[in-house]
Amino acid sequence: MSKMVLVVDDSTSMRQMVSFTMKEAGFEVLEGSNGQDALAQLNGHKVHLVITDLNMPVMDGMSLIRQLRTRPDFKFTPILMLTTESQESKKQEGKAAGATGWIVKPFRPEQLLQVVSKVVH
Amino acid sequence: MAGIADIDHAVGFATDSDQFLTFTIQGEEYGIEILRVQEIKGFSKIRPIPNAPAYVKGVMNLRGTVVPIVDLRARFGMCEAEYNQFTVIIVVSVGTRVVGLLVDAVSDVLNINRQQIEETPEMGSDTDTTFFCGMGKVGEKLVLLLNVDRLVGAERLEALEQVSA
Amino acid sequence: MQIDMQRFHAAFFDEMAEHLATMEESLLSLERSPDDHELLGSIFRAAHSIKGASGTFGFSQIAGFTHHLESLLDRMRDGQVRTGSDLVALLLRSADVLSVLLGAAKDGAPLPADLEEVVQALERAQGAANQAAEPPAAVEHHPVGHVPASREYQITFAPGADLLRHGMDPLLLLRDLAQLGELAAVSVDTTRVPHLADLVPDECYFAWTVRLKTDKPLEEVQGVFIFVEDSSQVTIQQESSTLQTTSQGDAPGRGDRPASASPSDARPVTQSAASDASPARTMPAKSRTSECSSIRVSVEKVDDLINLVGELVIAQSMINEVLGQLASDNLPTVQEALSAMNRSTRDLQERVMSVRMIPLASVFRRFPRLVHDLAADLGKQISVEISGEDTELDKQMTEQLGDPLTHLIRNAVDHGIELPADRLQAGKAAQGTIGLRAYHEGGNVVIEVSDNGRGLDRERIRQKAVALGLAAPDEQLNDEQVYSLIFAPGFSTAQRVTDVSGRGVGMDVVKRNLEALNGSVSIASTPGQGSTFRLRLPLTMAILDGLSVGLNGEIYILPLLSVVESFRPKSGDVKTVAGRGEVIVVRGKPVPMLRLHRAFHTAARAADPTQGLIVILEHQGKHLGLLVDELLGQMQVVMKSLEANYQKVEGLSGATILGDGQVAFILDVPGLARLARSTESGPAGPAECSHTQSLRQPETTEERQAVAIVGSPR
Repeated sequence: MSKMVLVVDDSTSMRQMVSFTMKEAGFEVLEGSNGQDALAQLNGHKVHLVITDLNMPVMDGMSLIRQLRTRPDFKFTPILMLTTESQESKKQEGKAAGATGWIVKPFRPEQLLQVVSKVVH
Repeated sequence: MAGIADIDHAVGFATDSDQFLTFTIQGEEYGIEILRVQEIKGFSKIRPIPNAPAYVKGVMNLRGTVVPIVDLRARFGMCEAEYNQFTVIIVVSVGTRVVGLLVDAVSDVLNINRQQIEETPEMGSDTDTTFFCGMGKVGEKLVLLLNVDRLVGAERLEALEQVSA
Repeated sequence: MQIDMQRFHAAFFDEMAEHLATMEESLLSLERSPDDHELLGSIFRAAHSIKGASGTFGFSQIAGFTHHLESLLDRMRDGQVRTGSDLVALLLRSADVLSVLLGAAKDGAPLPADLEEVVQALERAQGAANQAAEPPAAVEHHPVGHVPASREYQITFAPGADLLRHGMDPLLLLRDLAQLGELAAVSVDTTRVPHLADLVPDECYFAWTVRLKTDKPLEEVQGVFIFVEDSSQVTIQQESSTLQTTSQGDAPGRGDRPASASPSDARPVTQSAASDASPARTMPAKSRTSECSSIRVSVEKVDDLINLVGELVIAQSMINEVLGQLASDNLPTVQEALSAMNRSTRDLQERVMSVRMIPLASVFRRFPRLVHDLAADLGKQISVEISGEDTELDKQMTEQLGDPLTHLIRNAVDHGIELPADRLQAGKAAQGTIGLRAYHEGGNVVIEVSDNGRGLDRERIRQKAVALGLAAPDEQLNDEQVYSLIFAPGFSTAQRVTDVSGRGVGMDVVKRNLEALNGSVSIASTPGQGSTFRLRLPLTMAILDGLSVGLNGEIYILPLLSVVESFRPKSGDVKTVAGRGEVIVVRGKPVPMLRLHRAFHTAARAADPTQGLIVILEHQGKHLGLLVDELLGQMQVVMKSLEANYQKVEGLSGATILGDGQVAFILDVPGLARLARSTESGPAGPAECSHTQSLRQPETTEERQAVAIVGSPR
């Protein structure tokens, strides 16, 4: 059974790019356009990895990470956040919230996979 | 030659011939080029169009498209019949338009050799012969061949005249 | 894995256009309220998003430029740079540059000529003391050109207690190390494992010591631990000498770029800017065609689709269940399930169609900026008032409306609105107004472009038309006929060719564009008060909010927007005015009345008005009372064309298909008004008829039962 990744970004193009890359790498993909939407998409799915943007409307990435970490089924799930070079403080905040790692935008698909391989078998 | 046409017909083999869907109105046999026919539908509810000519029975829903239904009995000036379980709508395409033709029943698909098609005979003043493009002979049977373009086109012209009037 | 980033370009350009529009909109508002922090925030976010995405998709020139913009905006947000009108102008200009850069990236259009100038202006605006920070590194592939040299590292790794709870697996880190080279020795230190009673199962107590033989540089070994370096104890020693000990995040620039394949990514700006133009320019023509195939859709619409598919699946499983135990007495159930399925499928179809509909806001929102700039060029003061931008229209139609609307608005700015001095002299406010309004009317979408300027010069148009041979000198023309002359090819009354309009592209193009969309344009104008151009577009695919009424057992749909009220008339409310047909008296006022069954030559259940229902309809400010049998309810319907397969029918604007698969006609209010004038017992006048004297007041208005139109959703 292939692994499931939850991709959360309010930018369609970014989401498309991340999702496509993950699908090419053999993942199944759930997509959310913001934190709240992402939580709604879960709907009982077993998720093996979360990749989330931080700056999003409705519910931002930080809140999503915090929410996920309170759920028993997400206790050990790797969560990667998408940051930009100007968000050093966000990185710390994200780690405090429970993020596993981060990817700095802009990135290439192969860089994404390289980072993913750090946190998922 | 007649013999060959019969053989063609018997084996459903088309050489110098066209295929026609034949149907009946008031016991008479008519034919329509099969390439024009989109589908054949049983009679279903027709919604009358306000202020339409008598032969336009209304419109029906054909998978989301609103298609006008022309009653050929009325179009040819015959008395109208009660609709029954044999009443059939032949959906034909004319250019970009789709029109349903209401007939008594469909009968067959025939190959008619082009050489077996004759000029439409005069049929008295009641029937407009321009609606036909010829008469086909298949064995003993005579089939009046419908000129769909003319039939539907003419109706459209009349409609335009009504609008501008 | 090589992924072709171009497949995401359509979505990218759509998104960028949206961010850019948001930015412009907020900038224009910022000009009016420079202290609005929320506006600044939204501008900043738009710039930030543009920078992030353009960097990712390889448009580093855009990313580089936006970086300057973002830095300035950031300082404005912090209050270090004060928002002034000069600054807003500069930001607007930057938005223009961005727009051109995006165009260059998309279609290979030329680069903005003033790029460098604007960049410098942005830098100056941030203050000379503040050197621009380094823009984001361009995403470009650099082969790693290191000379391999074998090294040996001694690594100790003691994970922090939280490691597992952050979703990190320490074994993965060891695997990563193993991939860098050869693990000569791995030992695990279990001394930190507590007594079973004290053991917290989701904490990590192990520590590892690893000897790694590899030709990789230290940075890459450090890179393995990048996500855990601040929470874990990590020591990396090379050979004998300790090169670096890491316990807390230090060395900036390293931790920042975990995804970087090589340190050469940090390149100076100029270099990346110089090599950037090429990827943008080499976009093949193919990607241009694919841009139409991308539609951004609101979540609600997609949810609708999903719900409907759900219903479809339920209906299908019902059929399966029933078929499993098929007996003749189950047949009605099968039929029921089948018809439920039919309904859902049809609804599904309609919803899918509605996915193509987008609000007119997408085309409207470019106009405040256009007017702002044009007005500034011409020394005019003009405000733009937009309403009805939520009105939806087919995406393709919406896009094709851009040009004709732009032309009409340019025209209104250039010829319609007067200079402030002239306006004051004419007793008007110095600031003119251009209105842009959209609404549904009788199964059409109407877009009005209006101005409160000088109005069309009837006499000059006529003279020009005569000079051009478009009209005979002695021809008697009414206003409408005169105004319609300006749509003739080659007609332009501009006395001088300005930069704004009158460039030879005439109103005939506007008319042609609209006719290509099966639309029409009409003009109303009052000298000294302004002009209104009304564009009427069919909504072949549009969805209409309708009120369904019954007549002789058939259902008709009235556009809800045209419905004022409905009530059952009392005897005596209906009067016949000699030569003017029937009227219905509403609160003392006579309103022309049309019995729908008479207009359509059908029977009616309620031939007696007191047994039926009067629906008061409004069209162009005039009222019409329509007599029908009954009121059925409110529903949204999808317009289907009657003309496609049949012809135009007076009084009908189209048809729709009801939930049960039956066809219902949609009534056309202007057409009904015409029918009221022609088919009743004589030409009926407008509602404001002067024959009120001949009419008695109704006995008691209260007697009329006003029937409130309460929506009953489908």
